[in-house]
Amino acid sequence: MDRPSSTTRTVPPGLTFPETTPLVVPTDAPAPGRARPALPLRREGPEKLTGEAKYADDLVFPGAWFGATIRSTEPRARLLEIQLDDAFDWKRVVVVTADDIPGDNIVSLIDTDQPVLVPVGGEIRHQAEPCALIAAPDRATLREAKRHVKLRTERLPAVFDPIEADREFAHYTVESGDAAAAMKEAALVIEGTYRVGHQEQLYIENQAMIAVPRDDGGVTVHGSLQCPYYVHKAMKRALNMGDELAVVVQAETGGGFGGKEEYPSVIALHASLLAMTCRRPVRMIYDRHEDISATTKRHPAVVRYRSGVSDTGELIAQEIEVIMDGGAYCTLTPVVLSRGVLHAGGPYRCPNVRITGRAMATNTPPNGAFRGFGAPQTEFAAEMQINRLAEALDASPLDLRRRWVYRQGDTTPTGQVLRESVAGIEVLEAAAEASAFDRAHAQTHSMREGRTDGARTATGIGLALAWHGAGFTGSGEVKLASVASLELTEDGRIRILTASTEMGQGTKTIFPQLVADTLGVEYDEVEIAPQDTSIVPDSGPTVASRTAMVVGGLLIRAAERMRARVEEATGRSFADAYRGAGPMRIDEQFVPYPGEPFDDKTYRGDAYPAFGWAACVVKLDVDLDTGEVAVRDCVAADDMGRVIHPVLAEGQIEGGTLQAIGYATIEEMKLVDGRYLNDRMATYLIPTSLDAPRIRSIIVEAPFSGAPHGAKGIGELPMDVGAPAVVAAIHDATGTWIHYLPATPERILAALTGGPMPPPPGISLEAPEPNSPPIEDLPPGGDEMPFRAPTDPGEPR
Amino acid sequence: MPNFVEPPIESPASLEQAYGLLRDGDGRPWRPLAGGTDVMVQITGEIGEPPARLLDIWAIDELRGIHVEDGALLIGALTTYTAIRRSDEVAGLVPVLAEAAATIGAAQIQNRGTLGGNVVNASPAGDTLPVLLAVDAEFVLGSSDGERTVPARSFWTGYRQTARHDHELLLRVRIPLLSGREVRFRKVGTRRAQAISKVVMALSWRVDGDAWTDVRLGLGSIAATPVRAPATEAALEGQAPTREAADAAAAALSAEIHPIDDVRSTADYRRAVAGRVLHRLIRDNGGW
Ligand SMILES: Cc1cc2nc3c(=O)[nH]c(=O)nc-3n(C[C@H](O)[C@H](O)[C@H](O)COP(=O)(O)OP(=O)(O)OC[C@H]3O[C@@H](n4cnc5c(N)ncnc54)[C@H](O)[C@@H]3O)c2cc1C
Repeated sequence: MDRPSSTTRTVPPGLTFPETTPLVVPTDAPAPGRARPALPLRREGPEKLTGEAKYADDLVFPGAWFGATIRSTEPRARLLEIQLDDAFDWKRVVVVTADDIPGDNIVSLIDTDQPVLVPVGGEIRHQAEPCALIAAPDRATLREAKRHVKLRTERLPAVFDPIEADREFAHYTVESGDAAAAMKEAALVIEGTYRVGHQEQLYIENQAMIAVPRDDGGVTVHGSLQCPYYVHKAMKRALNMGDELAVVVQAETGGGFGGKEEYPSVIALHASLLAMTCRRPVRMIYDRHEDISATTKRHPAVVRYRSGVSDTGELIAQEIEVIMDGGAYCTLTPVVLSRGVLHAGGPYRCPNVRITGRAMATNTPPNGAFRGFGAPQTEFAAEMQINRLAEALDASPLDLRRRWVYRQGDTTPTGQVLRESVAGIEVLEAAAEASAFDRAHAQTHSMREGRTDGARTATGIGLALAWHGAGFTGSGEVKLASVASLELTEDGRIRILTASTEMGQGTKTIFPQLVADTLGVEYDEVEIAPQDTSIVPDSGPTVASRTAMVVGGLLIRAAERMRARVEEATGRSFADAYRGAGPMRIDEQFVPYPGEPFDDKTYRGDAYPAFGWAACVVKLDVDLDTGEVAVRDCVAADDMGRVIHPVLAEGQIEGGTLQAIGYATIEEMKLVDGRYLNDRMATYLIPTSLDAPRIRSIIVEAPFSGAPHGAKGIGELPMDVGAPAVVAAIHDATGTWIHYLPATPERILAALTGGPMPPPPGISLEAPEPNSPPIEDLPPGGDEMPFRAPTDPGEPR
Repeated sequence: MPNFVEPPIESPASLEQAYGLLRDGDGRPWRPLAGGTDVMVQITGEIGEPPARLLDIWAIDELRGIHVEDGALLIGALTTYTAIRRSDEVAGLVPVLAEAAATIGAAQIQNRGTLGGNVVNASPAGDTLPVLLAVDAEFVLGSSDGERTVPARSFWTGYRQTARHDHELLLRVRIPLLSGREVRFRKVGTRRAQAISKVVMALSWRVDGDAWTDVRLGLGSIAATPVRAPATEAALEGQAPTREAADAAAAALSAEIHPIDDVRSTADYRRAVAGRVLHRLIRDNGGW
């Protein structure tokens, strides 16, 4: 079988990098938690494989009603009245409006701007905004009731372009040296404006939540979610409940990618309100159409970039302006912007840097978390600049990176000294070597030189490099103060208690690995408690690639304490003694990693405890007749610190790489009047297995000493490098730079032929002509959409 | 429990039973259900009004099969893409149809989706339809009144409208077999499987000495229906496949079509790509 190959390399902490070929470590070699001799199967794998696993929609609650959301159909309006048509007998259903909310009408997260339901008199701020809720005993009644609700509104002017928007969610500035002065000294200055659009997470399982009212007045929600305690917090505030009354239980979750970080709070509140009103369980299970229409996407962004190089070939100045489109409500936007700003310089040493970022409100559905969390947007721009600088300097993109990439001891724009675990050059060399980059690059170059007029395809190779801060940004982990617990039950079972969720990435497998290894017991002897807020402590959200590093680290420390206690008390090894040594519970709380604390006001200090490093080399063909891109081969080298489960890590690299290729080539949300036009799987296309290239994953290990097992994180890393590598390869093939993502055939062909450029990504077109048929009624087959897109006159080439 | 309203359904076992039901005078129109790969998507996606009643024709084996009769290839309306791809007759006589069938959806859709469904669904993006236009196919419709034949060229009368009457079924597709006919097909979609076309075309011709005759160009996804391109055909008729002929044909095509922007692509792209792909098809056969 043609399996992607994987090698594992180790860089000892605190040492300079060896010049020789790094050690190749077999997957059963000693590393904390790395099981020997064979890697364990995924904990929840057999149940998923046999169909036994219970996703939210599989859960049965006798007597449950079905819930639905009445949404706005305008991007901005005043809600004047919710009209219930007398033709329907409203006693058959329950209806909930903002007036029925027992607590604050707020979906509690960073800000308090997002209402659970728009109140009458309130402002509708996007096309899919919840205004009322209905629950009915069966779906037919629900459908009928929905048809008899009308929203009377007064339309208000809407804004779709973040550059024109005047409402701001957040702004940040990172400054070191004097970028403006240095830019004047520069021998070469390259400028660019880069624009990226929305991206949909497209998890396999749609958003789903079932709320069950309890006799004690509380509500338990069972749902598809990443962060039980985010939902818990939202319920306490809007439902006016204490800690015990609100209970959140994660059902088996079919993927998240960040899309189930904040949105589950909304749907949990909706289901709970209905359940409290009709006094029975209520199921809110979105279909794909509703899910894509209403839930969060990756933030579109505009990045304006200037880089200056000295006459001695050093990168001496970067001036970067980042504008993100937050959509209608704040959600997680400030943190997304923060990560985007902190990564915008790319993994390169530069003494004079000024990065400003602002996130603006537009009348589109709120944007939110998505794998990479702001970094893919800005690092796309950073890598475009480096590749364009290489072209302007007539230097190899590989050599330029070798020269500029951060080394141990370098200082980042926030003043953070990179003391350890700095593996940019390692991942770069690993990817370059495995892809024979220099040779392949020379080859595509001569192919381009020799290309005749009538050639149909062009082959190109492209390279990108990135860094990705491990764990929460800035002071985030300190504020979270996560807790993870380990329990030895009275009947002698070892149980892990954390709120970290499994969504396909491997939490339920790596935690028992780490704990078993520390305790000296078998993997199968360690259990995991359900992700239920009435049972497990708040170990923080399952996001930011933080689970293995932060929560895994807490569990190791808890296991060390438990082992020592049992062994001291019994004088025997833990493995021999533990069965009679309970009950015992160890709670381990986060203590800050060593380093300079981050100052949220000045943006100085250690932005992250450590960084992961990623390099990607992409080989592709461009069809010169159509601009279609076929990515053929991809080498991805990622440093995630110590690897706990190499096979699962490889899965993250492959999946993340393919998701990045989709982002780079075909995944584009198109909007009209602030509404997603391609809100179905027939029209929002992601790569299929036929579109997937061969992906060779190389795992590089540069352990982080702040975590007891040396792990950093892997989930988001591959997302940062795929798109710039693809666009570099398109340039290598065709000689054309595409500044906008995705680099669709439409954009590529327009660039190649000088034809009109399609409108930029991420910005809604105005409403269609009043007399054209409603878009909704058109079938998915060859549906022709009745609007004309203006071409973009200001497109930079 | 389904999330949509399930219409009443009948599953006749013979054509005669089906004809009877289609004329039952109940007043509510029947919606024929073949493989269901278009109909089911429309129902579950709540796209348009749900059908009042479904007439499941899957069991009517008379509507299946591929054979040659009177100088034509006859393909039953219920023939699936998989059956077309496996057919020796298709491979030998109209291989381009198998080529087009192979680009539709993926394996599951090809096992279930039918040629008749593609024809009657009348999507401007139906991938077999440009081929049927390019080979002068005819559609045989049947009802209790008997059979009638409509040429592909006049079958699609408007956006998702056809010449079929409500009480008729499509029985088979008839492709006249011409000696020396060459047909080429090209689909441009967003990805390599499970993609609805942005532009799809089929070009056919016969070689007469150096020159091409009986040139037909069928196109999809560039107008409200699948269409022929008569001005482009005229530009190629009687010409050898030279660079000049290709240039003229591509220019004629770009001038002749009026595609629109939609969720899948832009008018500009469609116009440009239609010309460039046609140019390539001619070039590949001109050998320059
Ligand atoms: C995931 C997916 C991918 C797809 N990909 C493609 C693609 O790449 N290219 C493409 O062209 N299409 C594609 N389709 C659309 C669809 O598969 C085809 O149009 C198929 O040929 C429809 O055939 P069917 O038998 O399933 O038709 P049905 O859905 O059963 O019927 C379609 C229409 O034709 C009518 N009808 C069917 N048979 C008859 C008959 N004998 N007489 C009268 N009326 C009839 C029905 O009433 C209905 O209006 C795709 C669909 C899906 C779901």
